[in-house]
Amino acid sequence: MALLEVQNLCVSFDTADGAVSALNGVSFSLDAGETVAIVGESGSGKSQTAFAIMGLLARNGRASGEVRFDGTSLLGLSDAALNTVRANQIAMIFQDPMTSLNPYMRVSDQMAEVLQLHKGMSRRAARAECIRMLDAVRIPDAKNRITMFPHEFSGGMRQRVMIAMALLCQPRLLIADEPTTALDVTVQAQIMDLLSDIRRDFGTALILITHDLGIVAGACARTLVMYGGQIMESGPTGALFDAPSHPYTAGLLDAVPRLDRDDDALRSIAGEPPDMLRLPRGCPFSPRCALARDICADQRPALDPFDTARHRACHAPREEVS
Amino acid sequence: MTSFILRRLAVAIPTILALIVISFILMYSAPGTPFTTERALPPEVMANLEAKYGLDQPFLVQLWRYVSGVVFAFDFGPSFLYKDRSVADIIRQGFPVTLTYGFWSFVVAAVVGITLGVLAAIYHNSWLDYLAVGVTVGAQVLPNFVMAPILVLVFTLWLGWLPGGGWQGGAWPYLVMPVIALSTSYMASIARLTRSSMLETLNANFIRTARAKGLPMRRVVIRHALKPALLPVISYLGPTFVGMITGSVVIDIYFSTGGIGMFLVNAAFNRDYSIIMGITILTGVLTILFNLAVDVIYAWIDPKIRL
Repeated sequence: MALLEVQNLCVSFDTADGAVSALNGVSFSLDAGETVAIVGESGSGKSQTAFAIMGLLARNGRASGEVRFDGTSLLGLSDAALNTVRANQIAMIFQDPMTSLNPYMRVSDQMAEVLQLHKGMSRRAARAECIRMLDAVRIPDAKNRITMFPHEFSGGMRQRVMIAMALLCQPRLLIADEPTTALDVTVQAQIMDLLSDIRRDFGTALILITHDLGIVAGACARTLVMYGGQIMESGPTGALFDAPSHPYTAGLLDAVPRLDRDDDALRSIAGEPPDMLRLPRGCPFSPRCALARDICADQRPALDPFDTARHRACHAPREEVS
Repeated sequence: MTSFILRRLAVAIPTILALIVISFILMYSAPGTPFTTERALPPEVMANLEAKYGLDQPFLVQLWRYVSGVVFAFDFGPSFLYKDRSVADIIRQGFPVTLTYGFWSFVVAAVVGITLGVLAAIYHNSWLDYLAVGVTVGAQVLPNFVMAPILVLVFTLWLGWLPGGGWQGGAWPYLVMPVIALSTSYMASIARLTRSSMLETLNANFIRTARAKGLPMRRVVIRHALKPALLPVISYLGPTFVGMITGSVVIDIYFSTGGIGMFLVNAAFNRDYSIIMGITILTGVLTILFNLAVDVIYAWIDPKIRL
């Protein structure tokens, strides 16, 4: 049985301008210990997918569909029941380590409260465990640094603290929401190395949410490409990168700057990101798609399987996508 | 920390001196004297009185006498209005009264205001939030000179539960209405400030982190959100506390409590220079002390501030 099963997940937000659909029927599953990347541009719904799974949507957000974790449906759970899952079974790392740690609390207190809450540990035992975990994420001099406040750490160190905090209860699933976006490139590489080491050592399943295709290639076995709150295509990362089956994926990959190409110009996908208030009735990407045909504007393509373990949601024949 | 406090206290000395000089100049330049009455006094009597209190001296001599009296002898001079009583006597009589109802008003305003603000923010856009906003808007636009007579009307004249005025050493029946009248609008301001600050804090990323840890909402609010949300409230509470314990004319007049607020107004009407100066200096010193206290509390809450 899959560890996490998401079926037809929809999220909408009530706003003054009407209901905004952030997710429109997202389905995927994840086995224990597996790594999946969710890629897409800002507003494609990748973070909202994570928040919906964790029950952390903004107050005006509503999720429908089905999210099953280890057989338990998460969407219907009460806050109290969900709190026993959060951090304990599913932990999350956030985008901005500068603001995601509480600046008014010592790192020791912020970390220890997780173990005190979920494992019923004493303060002292929790603290010892926290120091061990900080050592594991390679924070030098963890024993002394643990009593510091977050602002006394650098950005990369803060993200290490976040990762250590997320792993304290040895969760079965770790969701990393753009864990390296706010960090500079060398630190990005260190954090990605750390994440893959930890995945190997702890056997944790990982959902990596990012818009950086570069870090996906090395880190995740499988990739989901999202656009306009829907999955455009999914499949093993290597195959998907080698031969994208969706015009959006092809455009994304083409937009990655490459040294082995002669032109200096940065390539981009023509058109604007979608207005989530007024999504097209059909494929959300159709207004920007070079391969769009009449049917695309009217009818949403289904996410259909092809080859081994690959899926695509596109009306254009696969041969046309290069 | 200690050196910060010492430095701030050292800066306070010239501040208070400047306060004394400026208040003194303002009073000196106002026309009339404490002895100006409707029926003009004979010039000889006037000259005698002025000589007795030193008002016939040049401005700089008067200023020097006053400042040196305060600084070297801690002597704020005699009252012009109340014969045979010094300013110190009057403050000693009025200030404990003001301090008592001011302190309790502050406690009520802070406790009720913060609780209401926090609850309104947690239950944002619920009936509780709307109720809290409605009540605080109402309380804020209701000035205490309207509030006080309404209280007297309801609790003294209609219900007969509470005495309409007096002090009796601050016994609680005499304390209830002054405290309600004085605290209401402050309570409303504190509640609104707390609500908006808490709403902002609850949207912070670190609150999402705290929720992702599986902490119950109660713990999230108390352990993670309360401190940062109260920072702006605390900077408001410092001067507010001083304002409350240095008296309210309205309270003293409506409830005949006899605090320094009434003495100050009487003194202002009668140009009782030394009382005005005394109360001004008292307020100034308290303001400086409590602003310092606010800074110290800030540094205690926010680890990024190092004093």
